[in-house]
Amino acid sequence: MAKQTFILNGKTITVNVNDDVRVLWVLRDLLGVTGPKYGCGINVCKACTSHINGRAFNPCSVRVGDLKPQDRVTTIEGLPKTVGKELHPMQQAWIDRDVAQCGYCQPGQIMAAVALVKKTRREGRSITDHDLDTIRNICRCGTYMRIREAIEQGARNMK
Amino acid sequence: MSPSAQDHQPESTGTNPGLSRRSFVGYVIGGTTLVAGADFALGAGPAAAGGIPSAPQIPELYDLEDLQTDSAAPTAGLITVKIHPDGTASFAIPRSEVGQGITTSTAMILAEELDLPVSKVHVTLAPARPELLLNQLTGGSNTTVSTYTPIRVAAAIAKGALLDAAAIELGSVVTRLTSHEGIISAPDGSSVSYGDLAEKAASSQTKRVEVQLKDRASFTIIGTPRNRDDARDAVMGRKKFSMDLDVPGALPTMVCRPPTLNGSPRKLLNKGAILKMPGVRNVATVETGVAVRAATFGQCIDAIRAMKVEWNKGSVEGESDKTILARLRKAEVPLAVPAVPILAKTVEADFTFMFRSSAALEPNCAVADVRKDKATVWAGLKVPILAQQNIAKALGLPDDAVKVHVVTSGGSFGHKLFSDAAIEAAKISQAMGAPVRLMWHRADEPRQGRLHPMVTSRIRATHLAGQVLSFEQRNTSVVTDFSHGLGERLSAMTAELPAGLGAMGLSQSIFALTQELPYNFGAVTQLLDETDERFNTGSMRNIYSPDTTVANELVIDQLAKQMGMDPLAFRLKFIKSDIVKEALQKVADEGNWGRKMPAGMAQGIAVHKEYKGCTAVLVEIDARDKTVNRDIREAVTGPRVTKAVMAVNVGLVVNPTGLEAQMIGGFSDGMALTLTSSCHLRDGHFLEASWDNYFYTRQWNVPPSMEVHIMASDSDQPGGAGEAGVPASAAAVACAYARATKTMPTVFPINHGTISFKPKSFIPPVPVSPTNGLKLTY
Repeated sequence: MAKQTFILNGKTITVNVNDDVRVLWVLRDLLGVTGPKYGCGINVCKACTSHINGRAFNPCSVRVGDLKPQDRVTTIEGLPKTVGKELHPMQQAWIDRDVAQCGYCQPGQIMAAVALVKKTRREGRSITDHDLDTIRNICRCGTYMRIREAIEQGARNMK
Repeated sequence: MSPSAQDHQPESTGTNPGLSRRSFVGYVIGGTTLVAGADFALGAGPAAAGGIPSAPQIPELYDLEDLQTDSAAPTAGLITVKIHPDGTASFAIPRSEVGQGITTSTAMILAEELDLPVSKVHVTLAPARPELLLNQLTGGSNTTVSTYTPIRVAAAIAKGALLDAAAIELGSVVTRLTSHEGIISAPDGSSVSYGDLAEKAASSQTKRVEVQLKDRASFTIIGTPRNRDDARDAVMGRKKFSMDLDVPGALPTMVCRPPTLNGSPRKLLNKGAILKMPGVRNVATVETGVAVRAATFGQCIDAIRAMKVEWNKGSVEGESDKTILARLRKAEVPLAVPAVPILAKTVEADFTFMFRSSAALEPNCAVADVRKDKATVWAGLKVPILAQQNIAKALGLPDDAVKVHVVTSGGSFGHKLFSDAAIEAAKISQAMGAPVRLMWHRADEPRQGRLHPMVTSRIRATHLAGQVLSFEQRNTSVVTDFSHGLGERLSAMTAELPAGLGAMGLSQSIFALTQELPYNFGAVTQLLDETDERFNTGSMRNIYSPDTTVANELVIDQLAKQMGMDPLAFRLKFIKSDIVKEALQKVADEGNWGRKMPAGMAQGIAVHKEYKGCTAVLVEIDARDKTVNRDIREAVTGPRVTKAVMAVNVGLVVNPTGLEAQMIGGFSDGMALTLTSSCHLRDGHFLEASWDNYFYTRQWNVPPSMEVHIMASDSDQPGGAGEAGVPASAAAVACAYARATKTMPTVFPINHGTISFKPKSFIPPVPVSPTNGLKLTY
């Protein structure tokens, strides 16, 4: 076992676990952070989408040993804090549009949406239908239409 | 979605003022705070009396909704609404919340009758309640249909007791009091809150009480849009699913499963080595495979991949889609030759619907803590009473030694009617002597989990002189498993069923109870034959209707073409029911039916009638090469539905926001059934192992434009919503595709012939988790 240190939702944490355990299991099974969900374990369904240093990543496909002590991991639980509010504008949009059905995929959807909006802004443009088409997160309840509407609203309210 | 999408209820006509309103009986239950109860079977109407005339089909008079509602009648179990000193009300619904929104809609129904803000009504999921006998099954879009009356009665009795207590408290009489948002006021301006009355209104003994329910005309909550009660928890990552529960000692557990369908383990050859792997605590061989319990699921996956297991053969060794289809063909009963005039023309069609996976995004999972003399299980279960009985049987414990908690599910779609994971978890916990948090790997789902069976549907229709003379449909299917309890409910009801049904087998009866061709087509027969019990099957967001509706509506387009009529005009001419016609006309108007489209693009239109209501769907599809082959990284693209317009009539609407959500989701499912999602059986196993093999609807398939119109209804009864959106959506997409490509598809989904992925390994049965995630950030 090795000591693994990284920043989780703003706090430096250290956990004893082998290097090759994927970050998703470190979060869920060892740290009790259950916002990121399991849906496939092979970076296909994207239910575990979280952020690393402000960009979307899938903890099911990253070895904990590959995290550096200064890496900032943000899960859905830590998203509001990144804007210093009770809710991130994307979460508020999700509530306003009543997006969730079973809700299992929604933490991942929201984290993906925030990263996508930021990415298009880095590219100096706003989000398009084509960008929405490239979102890979599965919603097995099929509430894709409301996800699209909520992202547009959330994007408008993101600083 | 346009804001106009929700065409709300019209001003209600209420009940006929000339008639006195019906009273219901309920109880104030003895206790220290106010508890009101009602028989959960209330509101179940008597079955249609007398024989069934030949013209109307069975569902027009008595359908699966009636069956499920009526079969509750002999049960004596009460449901109870409790009023707390903090002014809130609580109710544990004996149904399962799987995303369909019933906790929200139930809180609305209770709040309406209680005159309490919805936010003060807390609805939780009841654990298995054996005393409810058969009446704890969530399925068939039946929850609101069957619970609407009893929960209102319980709420009305609670409010009555509050008013009685308030009259004493305020020195007034009940008839002069008014209740509003949890406060009861007297004409002199004095008032008292429900919280203050909760204990005063309690009764020392149980009393029988008679009440009347509110008129629809006075509703202020039912029929108004309301967001989900768990929306905030869901978006904050706080909503707890089974695998998020903190049960002490319940470590991650997974199963190494056989390489072929329903195989079984003979021997684990390297148990010692597996037990030495990092994090691994226990290994146990059970009927379904070799279970491993470890500190993390990742270490379970590693252990499964390292296991060397000798396997017994599976249930369909060597078989493939082709051999199963050949078996179905053999079981097909010839269509009857209809007695029609010799000059009548015939339309014949023969469709095949492949195996499909009903798996939700939350895989099969359960937490189990089995001790020597008792067991506790937590899982998303739609039939918890049967789960409790089956778990007790599997463990060799009495039923009452097993406590079964119902946890909100991450989706169901029929999958959670079965308690496969709960039973398996209990067995593993018993074998290991330790609590377990069992989760199926995604790869286990399509390969060993429940599938919707392969089915063929043959249709022969005849017409002459502008009239359809006969319409015969004969489905032949791999057996659908009904061991989740609907069967028991049906057999309990056999004597009460309409004439003719009792003589049928179980699946034939359910087929007959659900299938209603809503057209005047002369002699209509729809029958089901089944064969082959070797697969793990189940219902999938409806039982038979998506397949039969696709088949029917495609043939209806063929009939229209042969008879020289427009598909819309043809349907409007032959549809029997006004509500179906109105819904169809609505989507035709809103969707601009008949507008000119470029070659390779087309509109399609379809209807479906079930669940005490109906749906109509219009779509536009783009099947041009440049669209079909559009480039999305590692995606199956195919034809794109560019527009969808839905209209739904479910009678009395409780929550239009939730109803619209169910229609949106139903559309995504229906489109996938027609275009993209299926499982391929080859050499005794299914090839699919994850979402990159099983092509459920993704963002790149979603129509850029979509509208849902809720049809006004003056009905006093709510219908079903969860499954209602699927059949007409699947059918409209199929009809549009046929018109765009000028070829009627006969195998579904249309892409089944192409295997667009490299199958993942069968030994080991689960794929390795990637390590390149940091290279794929965005």
